[in-house]
Amino acid sequence: MMMEFLAPTAGGLLIGLAAGGLYLARGRMAGISGILGESLRLESADAGWRWSFLAGLLAGGVALRVLVPGALPQAIAASLPLLLAAGFLVGYGARLGGGCTSGHGVCGLAHGSARSLVATLSFMSVAVLTVYVARHLLAGVIP
Amino acid sequence: MSRPLVPFLAGLVFALGLGISGMTQPAKVIGFLDLSGHWDASLAFVMAGAVAANLLLVRFGPRLLGRMARAGGAAASASAPGRAPLGVQLRAALRDRRLLAGSAAFGVGWGLVGFCPGPAIVALATGHGEALVFFGAMGLGMLAYRAAPALWARLRGQPAVRLPGPAPRQECGMA
Repeated sequence: MMMEFLAPTAGGLLIGLAAGGLYLARGRMAGISGILGESLRLESADAGWRWSFLAGLLAGGVALRVLVPGALPQAIAASLPLLLAAGFLVGYGARLGGGCTSGHGVCGLAHGSARSLVATLSFMSVAVLTVYVARHLLAGVIP
Repeated sequence: MSRPLVPFLAGLVFALGLGISGMTQPAKVIGFLDLSGHWDASLAFVMAGAVAANLLLVRFGPRLLGRMARAGGAAASASAPGRAPLGVQLRAALRDRRLLAGSAAFGVGWGLVGFCPGPAIVALATGHGEALVFFGAMGLGMLAYRAAPALWARLRGQPAVRLPGPAPRQECGMA
């Protein structure tokens, strides 16, 4: 019982450490959708730190693959149309809403932002509703 | 430390945290979002741990370091001068259609597959085709957001409106 919450808590603390460290050292928010979206803005003079952060994320993925293989999915059970639709909605929605789980959730809440609180409650409840509809009401219908 | 090292390390530690916490397992994320049946509540501890650690660093870090962070540690506090009362901020946020519609669309996508942007990037290391497709579609969605105002303007035969640039402080995702 205890153990099953230990890893999520430890992982969460690392995420908060990374986000807080980036803010203290650079005054930047570790909002990943914003970092990825803005890193493509080539005219931006300060895209460099975003590329470094993204490289760090990828390096972390490679490190996990080597050191903690169980942390990464062995298989991703979703059809091609579902992956395309979900990916598009995540990318477009996060940019339109000004942030995602990291930007609004991890950073915004820690900074006491009311906007981020509203955003986090919105996407959490919509995601719960989506899972209910997709996995229960439409079980077997959605590929 | 040299310029690119801090953001690189932040990304690296962030990714390790995502992996250790279970956020990079879409099946586990779906299990957390699925309140009916056997609810897996463990991922709530990820957000709690992350917000707690970040909050402590943001609140007390500048004082411990003996200086204010570049972006201004004062802005970190909800009661900081210059910020409207919480009720006013909440009402403004609840009237913000972009915030609500964007978050809702994001929630649908997140609930359908179980990937949000961070884990989607980290999962590229698996080399699975599914991870690559999701990442590509996510990038396309971000580009579509950028292209949308110009497309609308062209359809209406009006000059393009510029998108708001990176947000000043609070909107982390835009930073």
